[in-house]
Amino acid sequence: MLQSQKYVLPLLLLFFGVIFLGFLNISLGSVNIPFKDVFASILNLEVSKETWRYIIVEYRLPKAITAIITGSGLAISGLLMQTLFRNPLAGPYVLGLSSGASLGVAIVIMGASVFGGAFAGILLSKWSLVIASSLGSLLVLIAVLLASLRLRDTMAILIIGLMFASLTAAVVSVLSYFSPAAQLQQYVFWSFGSLGDLSWNEVGILALFWFIGIILAISCIKNLNTLLLGEQYAKSLGVSIQRNRLIIIIATSLLAGSITAFAGPIAFVGLAVPHLIRQIIPVNNHSILVPAVILGGAALMLICDIAAQMPGQEYTLPINAITSLIGAPVVIWLLVRKRKFLF
Amino acid sequence: MTETTKHSILKTINLDIGYSNKNEKTLIAEAINIEVNEGELVAVIGINGVGKSTFLRTLSGVQDALRGKVLVNNEQIQQIDSLELASLVSLVLTEQPISKNLSVFELVALGRQPYTNWIGRLGKNDLRQIKKSLQNVGIEDLQNKKCYELSDGQLQKVLIARAIAQNTPLVILDEPTTHLDLYHKAYVLKLLKKLTRKTNKAIVFASHEINLAIQLCDKIILMQDKKITTGSPKELLDSGAFSTVFPEGLIVFDKESASFKINP
Repeated sequence: MLQSQKYVLPLLLLFFGVIFLGFLNISLGSVNIPFKDVFASILNLEVSKETWRYIIVEYRLPKAITAIITGSGLAISGLLMQTLFRNPLAGPYVLGLSSGASLGVAIVIMGASVFGGAFAGILLSKWSLVIASSLGSLLVLIAVLLASLRLRDTMAILIIGLMFASLTAAVVSVLSYFSPAAQLQQYVFWSFGSLGDLSWNEVGILALFWFIGIILAISCIKNLNTLLLGEQYAKSLGVSIQRNRLIIIIATSLLAGSITAFAGPIAFVGLAVPHLIRQIIPVNNHSILVPAVILGGAALMLICDIAAQMPGQEYTLPINAITSLIGAPVVIWLLVRKRKFLF
Repeated sequence: MTETTKHSILKTINLDIGYSNKNEKTLIAEAINIEVNEGELVAVIGINGVGKSTFLRTLSGVQDALRGKVLVNNEQIQQIDSLELASLVSLVLTEQPISKNLSVFELVALGRQPYTNWIGRLGKNDLRQIKKSLQNVGIEDLQNKKCYELSDGQLQKVLIARAIAQNTPLVILDEPTTHLDLYHKAYVLKLLKKLTRKTNKAIVFASHEINLAIQLCDKIILMQDKKITTGSPKELLDSGAFSTVFPEGLIVFDKESASFKINP
């Protein structure tokens, strides 16, 4: 029908944009590798230098895939939260998931030194951080789910999420106050976020969670549209509010929780991408919004990652800062231009 | 009598409405027995806080009754599953957190949700129903506008069109005329009357517009402190029921003009 056909072209453009940016992302980096060797590495053909193949296949390719997964996953959780809470300011952050993850990591890194050195050595491996942040988000998720079963009012859940965020932030400050400089620095580095440290195995696990989360989000598309009218109308249209809310919260938690666990906290993408997409494609139908937001999130993250690694330079800037540095001005510009900020 | 041949859409049997939680029950009105047939326009009238909204919520199945039964299409409302109920009763509510970013077409199209597939794809029949309801309400020229561009009166018409697109034999509206000026109040109620005649739907609405309701409605449900009186406007006029709607003193019902006057 007319509505969906009109948006096939922008969706296709976005899709090819992601492919182009993905290739660009892989081609650029601190080591200059000619385009033909980049292609050859990906297609498993003859490469001029074996180290180039290693850089592409073992480092840049998983990093680009991680960028696509984190960008699209966070953007979709933002869209889900904005529609569920009918609030343009909602994002994965509002459920307190990133805060829970931060708390988990803070306890492992800084708590170890505060509470005694016995497990400090054992716990500070990479996987322990992943597990700690997953446990942290899971704990917050369970609390939010329990609250959502008891509470009828969606806004109350939003406030509970924000309360968790302040609570965990407070605990993290106390831990930081007492912990030695080295540990503090390690925590700060984690909070910068990072797309680059993942092995293929880890990318596989992340992709699995991403896949489940996205499938759950797609299964809610029709009910998400109904939720645009508010819960009372949705109910009168035959939607089971409680079950629907549960699915949306689980999808968001899987996406945001696993991404924060592997890539650290990444600000802004979840909040900004749905708004950017709504400006480009003025539509509210989630059957178009969901794929558009997935592609838009992936594209934005790839751009941010290209900017973060500063082609030709030795440095890599913290990705968490780059997403805000690029995203915030764009949203401000759109806001000033359109003067409308709706969900 | 033509009354007996008409199909009953909504019926209550000894219905008690109110709120209950663990400790106490708050009774709002009891032993309500009303019947609404297809094609009827019915107003629920009563002073602020008398429980009109609770009554409508109970009738639409949003809230459980304390006792008694609500029958929709001769079936008890609690036993109808939510999707089937969505094809029997549609609602027009006020002050809902609707996304104002929706276009009029998108909003009206959401009325077709109970009938569409898993992803909400609109088929030919859905598009026809949407077009028809836009025509019936007279807002075809608005369909590409966004909701934030509409006036209160226009938005109300759009919400009514959405309910009509849902194509249910019963439409329930909670105070559809609040925030509207006298012209648009009359316009919306006249529109409801026209829709009952044109589509044979039963329409029940809560309103404070007693004067307009007396002139337009087939039936009036008068709610007063735990007591409910039902009848055609003429029956209620003859029995003098309107004179006790409001507390005594400030305003009185003038039988001659069938309207309320301020006590001099």
